Formats: sequence, structure tokens, C-alpha cells
Amino acid sequence: MPLLEAQHLYKVFGRRPGDIVRRLEQGEDAGELRKRYDVTPAVIDASFEVNEGEIFVVMGLSGSGKSTLIRMLNGLHQPTSGHVKILGEDISTMSAAQLRQARRDHISMVFQHFALFPHRTVAENAAYGLQVKGVSEAERREKALEALKLVGLDGWGDHKPGELSGGMQQRVGLARALAADTDILLMDEAFSALDPLIRRDMQDQLIELQNQLGKTIVFITHDLNEAMRLGDRIAMMRDGRIVQVGTAEEILTDPANDYVAQFVADVDRTRVLTARSIMEPPVATLGMGHGPLAAHKLMREHQQPGLYVVGRDRGLQGYVMEEDIVAARGGGETIADLVKPIETTVPADAPAAELFTPAASVRLPLPVVDPDGKLVGVIPRVTLLAALGAVDPTDPADPVGTPDNSTVELDKTTGGAR
Amino acid sequence: MSTVVPRIHLGEWIADVVNWLTDHWSGFFDGVASIVNHLVDGIQHVLMNTPIVLLIVIFALLALWARGWKAAVLAAVGFCLIDAFGEFPSAMQTLAQIIVASVLAIVIAIPVGILAARNRRASAVIKPVLDFMQTLPAYVYLLPVLFLIGLGSAGAVLATIIFSIPPGVRLTELGIRQVDGEMVEAGQAFGATPKEVLRGIQIPLAMPSIMAGVNQVIMLALSMVVVAGIVGAPGLGQDVLSSLQSLDVGVGVEAGLSVVILAIFLDRVTDGFSKREVGLRSEIDKLRRRQARAAAATDAA
Repeated sequence: MPLLEAQHLYKVFGRRPGDIVRRLEQGEDAGELRKRYDVTPAVIDASFEVNEGEIFVVMGLSGSGKSTLIRMLNGLHQPTSGHVKILGEDISTMSAAQLRQARRDHISMVFQHFALFPHRTVAENAAYGLQVKGVSEAERREKALEALKLVGLDGWGDHKPGELSGGMQQRVGLARALAADTDILLMDEAFSALDPLIRRDMQDQLIELQNQLGKTIVFITHDLNEAMRLGDRIAMMRDGRIVQVGTAEEILTDPANDYVAQFVADVDRTRVLTARSIMEPPVATLGMGHGPLAAHKLMREHQQPGLYVVGRDRGLQGYVMEEDIVAARGGGETIADLVKPIETTVPADAPAAELFTPAASVRLPLPVVDPDGKLVGVIPRVTLLAALGAVDPTDPADPVGTPDNSTVELDKTTGGAR
Repeated sequence: MSTVVPRIHLGEWIADVVNWLTDHWSGFFDGVASIVNHLVDGIQHVLMNTPIVLLIVIFALLALWARGWKAAVLAAVGFCLIDAFGEFPSAMQTLAQIIVASVLAIVIAIPVGILAARNRRASAVIKPVLDFMQTLPAYVYLLPVLFLIGLGSAGAVLATIIFSIPPGVRLTELGIRQVDGEMVEAGQAFGATPKEVLRGIQIPLAMPSIMAGVNQVIMLALSMVVVAGIVGAPGLGQDVLSSLQSLDVGVGVEAGLSVVILAIFLDRVTDGFSKREVGLRSEIDKLRRRQARAAAATDAA
């Protein structure tokens, strides 16, 4: 069961919103309705699920409805139509008291402009959620100080928020949400008001905290790079609609429409694309038991200057070059005698930016391995360049190293871990 | 004189209503009058029976606490002047009336202001009523108040309340409305009840504005001193009036200056309380926080 679920959410501001929703459902154009009836369809038919422990980013420009959307998730805005389910429970059917209880137990929020209470100390701010829950003063102070420590504000508890810098204030906002100890954290443009260096710091810290605590986070942003850095999955929003939901790589490599494609055009692809999304299955691999003749034949068939050698479990053992086979021909040797040790591999989750140096240092396509050292794919240099330029790598003009579809008789289970 | 539009006898109707009220609700109004009179008399009794020197010291300390040493000196000099004019007893009578009128006005104004801030419809009704209360010449409602309450302090206090409530309501409403929407959302998002949001977030954050309202209520109450004199309330207002009747410029000036001194004193003190960073109390507050921080630092070390 997903932790948080949005089903066909609509939010229309203005007169007779129910009618407008009906018209939208019948396919009438939102812009037309906006003009004709002077209403604002802020969110139109938004559906998604947020799974436990993931960072779900909603990305859109200002006016795309993302702030309205996030406020429907904890009931600050009542949806005009549709349902929000927190741990499977529909919040639109809850009474005011039940909804308050759900907020106390399950879903807390971090605000764009921090929304710290200036008349309370930092520790009292961090303890706010617990105070509302009715936790005793001593206990909530202890937990608040713990949360402050977690965000790196040890020793600031007795200051007033006004004495802190913007970045520190937002840490307090984060601590307040963490101290409330809810399953879900809503973050509404939480880092947008911070300057770029601090924003970067906060993003890193959030990722670290998330790894540590395993919170489920819904993060709203208008900054695509932030979305790509943080998001396990990203929902792209435009004019109230969610136009695509997917991982950063899916959105980058397979944009749902021109809008998304244009949007992601400026993204630094080397930071988002990973080895996994670029790699290809190895055209062929060798086993230790193969004879030099068979190996030579394979290399010629696939026009490769050499091939990787793997064990039965596909663990990468080394590589063999064609010239060595030619030199040793007829010497009665097996592959095991000719194999050279691997010097360079890359992990599957390495960002593309880190692939250039290793790719330049190997003569064969760059081997990609999983944490157990198994060969999961290879990246020919041309493919790497093509992926970053978003050019189709199977272009016929492509001179080397792309796989043909001939069956590889030695190892049928060529590993494409896409 | 004949009118173009058919004559509306509003005046007669209101007079009828007032008559009806005096006939049927006299018990209620007598009760109100007696409560207010008791309050004023009680405070007057305390003020008149405390040695003047002690009172001056107390006033000066109050100013020091709320505002700082300059205000304290000003208060001491001011009240000494009042005494030198021979107006100290009158000033204390006036002060007693103002305290009662202001406290009652504030007790009414703040809840009404909160209601107006939270409910658009209530606000739409309350606003024109406030305009009425502020602009209707005091003499117009003085007469009905006299009929219902009678001569003396109580009538004066009630007329003063009517006149001085509006800024209290307005500034309370404004203050609460001006609280940043994100702050209120923060309260709601953590599951606070509307009452918790109001008491824990909206009212504390609206406090400077509410205190400015309190200050304005007191100032307006003071401006009613002479009107209070007309209704027969003892004090500085009556001194001013009698100087008018006997054409005694000297007494008029002395009583008038005493009103001004009282006004400045009350303004500075209440204004001081509306600000965080002035007066002895904020110094003590700062000192205390510094100590707490030092203690926390040694704890950590």
C-alpha cells in the first residue's frame, strides 16, 4: 500500500467550482474556462502515489498549481473533487478532529518562508508539533533538542529564530517537522528562499537525513536541478496538470511531451544520467574455458578488438585482446592463460560526469559492474557521448561498438539491467 | 419647516425606544450603573487615600519599568506639577474613571476584534457600527445615557466606553489579519485546533497591534474628560467646566495642563508595553536569556 495517494484531485478557485470540474472532466479547455467564467483551475486531475521511504518531487513553475496540490495532501485545502488517502484513509471523509489527529500523527510540513514563530525560542519552535500532540514539556524539549542536533543546530535551542540566518532558520523548520515524528514530510519550496550555496548544502543534508531516517518526503520545487538531485521520482506539473511522473532519468531520456523536453533541455545531463541508463548489454563475453580459436572467431564476428571474460556467475574476471590471441595462436593455450586483469570498472549508479576519465583509459568499452562485481553492461565511448548529446546511439552512421542482434552462442544471458 | 421627502420621525421613534427602555429595563441599567460606580469609587478610594509622594514614586517606577528612566523622570516631574497646581485629587478621580472605562472598553473590544478578524460577515456588520460610535457627536448619546443611567461617574464611564471602543476593535482585527498566512498554516499543519492557533500564534503575533489599540483606547478615553464633567462626574473635567462657567482662565489652564500630563504619562506607559525592546523589563528579560544561554553552554561543555 502506498503511504500517500492522490486520486483525481481537482481544485478550482472561484464560483461554482463543482461545475467547472465537470466541464474539465468532459474535456473542456482549462484556459478557455478560466477566461469565460473567471475561475482558477489550480489543480486538474492529479493522481499519483507516494511510496514509503521515497522522495517524491513535484516540479513546476510558479502558477502551475504545485503549492495548492501539496496543501490538499494534508487538508489545508479541501479538494474540489477527488481523494487524498494517507495510509489508505481518505482524509476528505474525516471530521475536523480526525483530520487534526492525522496531521499530528502522520504528516508534517516545512514551509517556503520557514513560518517559525518569532515569539518562541528555537527549541520551542522545534517542539511545536509535540506540544500540539500533548507531549509533556520535559519530553518534548528533549526530543526537540535531539531533532535540532540532527539538523546541525546543537546549542542553538535557547536563541530566538530572529537571531539565526536564513539557512539555519530553515533547519529549525526541518527540525520542527522531524521532531513531530510523522511518517510523511511535506516540503513546500523549502529551500527556494535560500541562496544557492546554502540550498546545495541543505539538499545534501536532506538526502543524508532521508537515508538515515527513511522518511517519506513530498518535495515541491520550481528548480529542475533540485528536483533531479533530490527526487526518487518526479512529477512534472504544468498549468495544474501532472504531465509526467517518473525517475529523473526517465524524464530526461523519455520526456512525455515537448514541454517536458524543452524543460529538461538545459539540465546538466552528466549529473543526472547514470552508467546504468547509458550502458548496453555486452555484445559477447568469454568464459575461462574457451579456446583461443572460438574467442578469435567471436571477436571477428562482432568486430571487437577484445572481449571481457566472466565466470559462471557473471563475475567479471578480466579481458582478452585479439592481438594476444593472434600472437599465441597454436600454442595450445586456453583463455585462462591469456586473460589480463581488469584495471577499471564503474558502478551502475555512477553519474555520467564520472565516466569520461575511465572511458578514456580503457581500450574496450567501459565495463559496468554491480556491487557484487558482476558485469551488468558496457559503455562504448560513442554511446557515452551520444547519450549526453541526446542523439540516437543506434544511428546507422555510428562507426563502432554498437550491438548487432546476432545471437551470442557462448553466453545467452547477456546482462541488460535496464 | 416642511420637507420635500415625507418627514421621517426618527427622533420620536428613538425617544420612544429610550422611554420604553427606561420604563422596562430600569432595573438592568440601575444594576450596571451601580457596578460601574462601585468600581470607580473603589479605585478612587485607594488613590485618594494613598500618600501623594508614594503615588508619585509608584507612577515613576511604572514608567521606568515600561519605558525607561527618561519616562520615569518625566512622570515624576509631571505628577509633581499636577500637585503644585492643586489638581492632584481631581486628577486621581479622573484617573479612576479612565482606568475603569478603558479596562471595560478593552475587555469588550478585543473579543469583538478577534471575532471580526475570523469572520468576514461579522466584520462587515461591525465596521459601520464602529464608524457610528466614533463619529456620532458624544452629546447625542449623552442624553439617552443620562436617562438610563443617571448623573455621575457611571454615565460618564459608559459614554467614554462607547467613544473609545472602536480603535481597540479595529487594531485587534487588523493585527490578527496581518499575521502571516504561512504561520497560521504552520499551526494547522501540525494539527493545532483553531483555538490553539488563535492563542498560541495569532494573538501573540498580533500583540503589538493590539497594544497599540489599547493605547488608543486610553487616549480616546482621556479626550472624553470634559464630556464626563458635563454628566456630573467629578474630576479634572468638572474643574475645566467650572472654570468656563466662572470665567476663571487660571484654573482652566491648570486643570487642562493636568489632563495633558496625565495623557502623556498614560500614552508613554502603554506604548512602552506594546514594544518589546524598551524599558527595564526588557533589560531584565535580556539578562535572563543571556544567563540561560550561558547555563546551556556550560551544560553542553
